[in-house]
Amino acid sequence: MNATSLQFKENAHRAIEDEKLKKALGTMKVGFREKRAAAVAKLPEFEELRDAGRDLKNHVLENLDHYLTVFEARVKEQGGHVHWCRDAEEARQTVLKICRDKGARTVTKGKSMIAEEIALNHFLEEKGIAPIETDLGEYIIQLRHEPPSHIIAPAIHVSKEAVADIFRETHKQYAADRPLSEPRQLLDEARDVLRGQFIEADVGITGANMLIAETGSTVIVTNEGNGDLTQLLPKTHVVLASIEKVVPTLDDACTILRLLARSATGQEMSSYTTFSTGPRRADDRDGPEEFHVVLIDNGRSGMLGTEFQEMLRCIRCAACMNHCPVYGAVGGHAYGWVYPGPMGSVLTPALIGIENSAPLPNASTLCGKCEEVCPMRIPLPRMLRHWREKEFERHLPPARVRQAFRFYAWIATRPKLWRWYTAAAARTLSIWGGKRGRIKSLPMAKPWTDARDMPAPEGETFMQRYKRQQKAGGKAA
Amino acid sequence: MSSDARTHVLTRIRRSLNRGELPDEARAELDRRINEPKPGVVPARATGEHAALVERFVEMAEFAAATVTRVPGMEAVPTAVADWLKGHNLAPKVVAAPDATLDGLEGHGTLEVTRGVAHPADQAAVTPCFAGVAETGTLVLLSGPEHPTSLNFLPDNHIIVVRASQVVGGYEEAWAKLRAQGAVPRTVNMVTGPSRTGDIEQTLQLGAHGPRRLHIVLIDDHRRGTDSGEG
Repeated sequence: MNATSLQFKENAHRAIEDEKLKKALGTMKVGFREKRAAAVAKLPEFEELRDAGRDLKNHVLENLDHYLTVFEARVKEQGGHVHWCRDAEEARQTVLKICRDKGARTVTKGKSMIAEEIALNHFLEEKGIAPIETDLGEYIIQLRHEPPSHIIAPAIHVSKEAVADIFRETHKQYAADRPLSEPRQLLDEARDVLRGQFIEADVGITGANMLIAETGSTVIVTNEGNGDLTQLLPKTHVVLASIEKVVPTLDDACTILRLLARSATGQEMSSYTTFSTGPRRADDRDGPEEFHVVLIDNGRSGMLGTEFQEMLRCIRCAACMNHCPVYGAVGGHAYGWVYPGPMGSVLTPALIGIENSAPLPNASTLCGKCEEVCPMRIPLPRMLRHWREKEFERHLPPARVRQAFRFYAWIATRPKLWRWYTAAAARTLSIWGGKRGRIKSLPMAKPWTDARDMPAPEGETFMQRYKRQQKAGGKAA
Repeated sequence: MSSDARTHVLTRIRRSLNRGELPDEARAELDRRINEPKPGVVPARATGEHAALVERFVEMAEFAAATVTRVPGMEAVPTAVADWLKGHNLAPKVVAAPDATLDGLEGHGTLEVTRGVAHPADQAAVTPCFAGVAETGTLVLLSGPEHPTSLNFLPDNHIIVVRASQVVGGYEEAWAKLRAQGAVPRTVNMVTGPSRTGDIEQTLQLGAHGPRRLHIVLIDDHRRGTDSGEG
């Protein structure tokens, strides 16, 4: 997928004017935030679990090589295959080879962010293999030829009318005048169409929320049941997983499971948490005959040992974007690549380069809400600041911004000059503000004052007032 | 290609972590951590008297939009199944797991029972389960010759029979039980309520691709002897 992250500003402007998007994001904010808050309130151990989750993932990352090799060995013991892939291209080729070996013409897919990251669908289509998304949201955006706009609710930006339109256009097998105004009717139609696909598909591809070293199991967490049908009915099950998904034991998985659904949808537990271990056993009556795990690095190993290592704790719950004022205003597509919101603004530069995503670390007010709700306690605002520093070091911001920062640094490191300058500025702005104490329009900050008045300073700097009060206090005592 | 990639990824991880391969001692320590699993933070609600855990299991399962019927013994299961089907205007027809504990279903006069895997046209499945987890009203189902996984997902209605004595507090207890019985099966399904989606305008709908209804028949076998039979 071609990133348009460099055009964040333009994308965001367009998004803000989109009334339908505004409505969808409004519903999302209330829904996800309230549900999460209620679920967290119901579990007194939630904060303790967050600490445990953070410590667990930190431990895994420090010993990632070992846990991956144990996981690999256990998958093989169960008769499964493990394919290591350095990058997206290697991962795509690996999947293609498995599909070709099986003579696959159609593959069903459960929702997988890593599949989006490696742009698998487009690639398979080019090679003559039809990938069919089976998660309802993913199915809708696949028909619309769009990327997801949210990592757990990919079609959050699409209205039910737009879903009806695309279904009418695509599902020609049904009567043209059938009623499709209700979500239930749309869901039933998708269910009916996809039932056939599940059964016909030659290969089923799912992602993985976790990999378990203890048992060599892969884990998916879903609500619809599509991921389960995807991995149950075709003869071959392919799991795509990035390397940081491994945890040592089934007990460790419980810590993450207790955090995941509550942070994501506000459920106590998602409807289906499925552990898959190897292919079907000799006496099983159903299940896939082959089990492949495609382990994908694609830039993760390079994040270890850097200021961005902690980002690898992310469990893709989407709590950060659900609570982000910027995401809430512009939606996911504005971010221009696969991962939106605060986690996307940290991860995208790490995966596709800051030179291809320079505006993203600035797409934040650093209000800190994302870190406050992150189940893995990832210091997202701090990492956004690290990216801003890197962006500056690499001369990526526009000349005017750089000059302004340079001027700021120059003056801020000269205390006398700084005091004189700020005192003069406070005085000037105070006079400008007049009796109302507000400034209607500031030439240097016009976009900001276009939407609101700036409160004027009272006329003194903090240092001036402090000195004055010290003197007054001295006299009184 | 793959073995090169493997070496490359592992080397890259180690280089980034600023170390070589872990020393034997450290690896042995990590292996111990894997092979002697210990529970982490277990919520208080996953602990307590067994009778209270059974009540919590019911409460949490219902919170997840499952329905629960309680029966005194296995012999009452077929009638409970038949009644539930009738109550939902469904034909008295089920596909049941080929597990011996469900053999009684065939003895019921009005139920038409097939055993084995599920087919897309099947309207209702009946399966046993491995454990019920009180913490979130979750059922743990294991794949195997006597429990094909398709039963859990293809039919629109899923009836799960669980004995109260199978109810545990937290997930870790279910794992301990599983480890005690030996190898992990191909599929372990943790099921919490029926299938659902909110993908169209955030409107919650049950029955996305999996079952629309999840019904639990709970056999109160733990009360015999230990409890003085209230309720």
